[in-house]
Amino acid sequence: MAIYGTALLAACLLAGVSAGMLLGRAMGIDADIGGVGIAMILLVLGTEKLRATGRLGQETREGITYWSAMYIPIVVAMAAGQNVMGALAGGVVAIMAGAGSVAACFLLVGILSRSAKGIGESGASE
Amino acid sequence: MIFEAVHEVLARYPILTAFGLVGGLTWLGYAIADKLFRGRIHGSAIAIVAGLSLAAVGGIATGGKQGIADIPAFSGIALLGGAMLRDLAIVSTAFGVRLQELRGGGMMGAVSLVLGLSASFGVGAAVAWASGYRDAVSMTTMGAGAATYIVGPVTGSAIGAGPELIALSVAAGLAKAILVMILTPAVAPAIGLDNPRSAMIFGGLMGTNSGVMAGLAATDPRLVPYGAMTATFYTGLGCLLGPSLFFFVIRSLAG
Repeated sequence: MAIYGTALLAACLLAGVSAGMLLGRAMGIDADIGGVGIAMILLVLGTEKLRATGRLGQETREGITYWSAMYIPIVVAMAAGQNVMGALAGGVVAIMAGAGSVAACFLLVGILSRSAKGIGESGASE
Repeated sequence: MIFEAVHEVLARYPILTAFGLVGGLTWLGYAIADKLFRGRIHGSAIAIVAGLSLAAVGGIATGGKQGIADIPAFSGIALLGGAMLRDLAIVSTAFGVRLQELRGGGMMGAVSLVLGLSASFGVGAAVAWASGYRDAVSMTTMGAGAATYIVGPVTGSAIGAGPELIALSVAAGLAKAILVMILTPAVAPAIGLDNPRSAMIFGGLMGTNSGVMAGLAATDPRLVPYGAMTATFYTGLGCLLGPSLFFFVIRSLAG
């Protein structure tokens, strides 16, 4: 049943965000640290376990893959809900700070991903 | 009369209206990409820019903070594009990913998180200094805003920044998120953003969840789980280090 997949997905996210919140509290801040990442690891582990024991049926999988197919539409909705005027209202200073940070980080992505390739930690997988 | 009746239905079934609107935007994006640009620009990139334009229209029409979702008929956009379903969709993209691939970039991911936060705080603080905000609290708050629009206000209120400065830091974070959404697909080939490892580095350096997820969606959706894996640590880490380590460093430099 498709709901099994969606329920598993939702349970992973709830558990991951709870763990992230606990991690944040442990460090003395009221924010989630890595909740989505923990949830992704739980989903990968959970589905691999189910697959190994032959309990990951076609419909269960579809209960998960429907949401990854909805990913781009959800991103488009997120874009339509952004506070675009708020960004412009900050004026030149705010836009310069944002743009400068973006430019510096794009440069660093180029440098780091090239050096990562050079080191070739586990060999190029692509 | 027909208009009023339709409007009432749209407002009463907000999530269905959002499905329809987003379906239309996505169709439009892919149609323009296909006909006008012959596939050189990805359809999702155009749909995202169309979404941002609608958000600007909503902002101008209502003066609110949630883009087109501030117009009652389109309030479902806030749910469909909100943090809950967004995170559900991100996690679902990890289905089918090999655990080794996520772990393989762990060290690089950690390095990129620290470097990304330092770069954003540094650039934001420098821009603040150049614009005449030369005290440590202002410089740190602007630096935090240049990290993400959540790190900005969290750091600012922790170190006692005024409301005007906190608003400025939120604006800086918003500008960053929107620029990452728009520029990533264009810059991706030049910075080697085409494999899981570089996507993890990208997520850790940029950190802005919305920017990273929209940027990767428009570049190559298969990279999304890798970018999200590191970006998810960024805001929490920024809230942790902003009012502590980065504030102390900036205070000692700014004198």
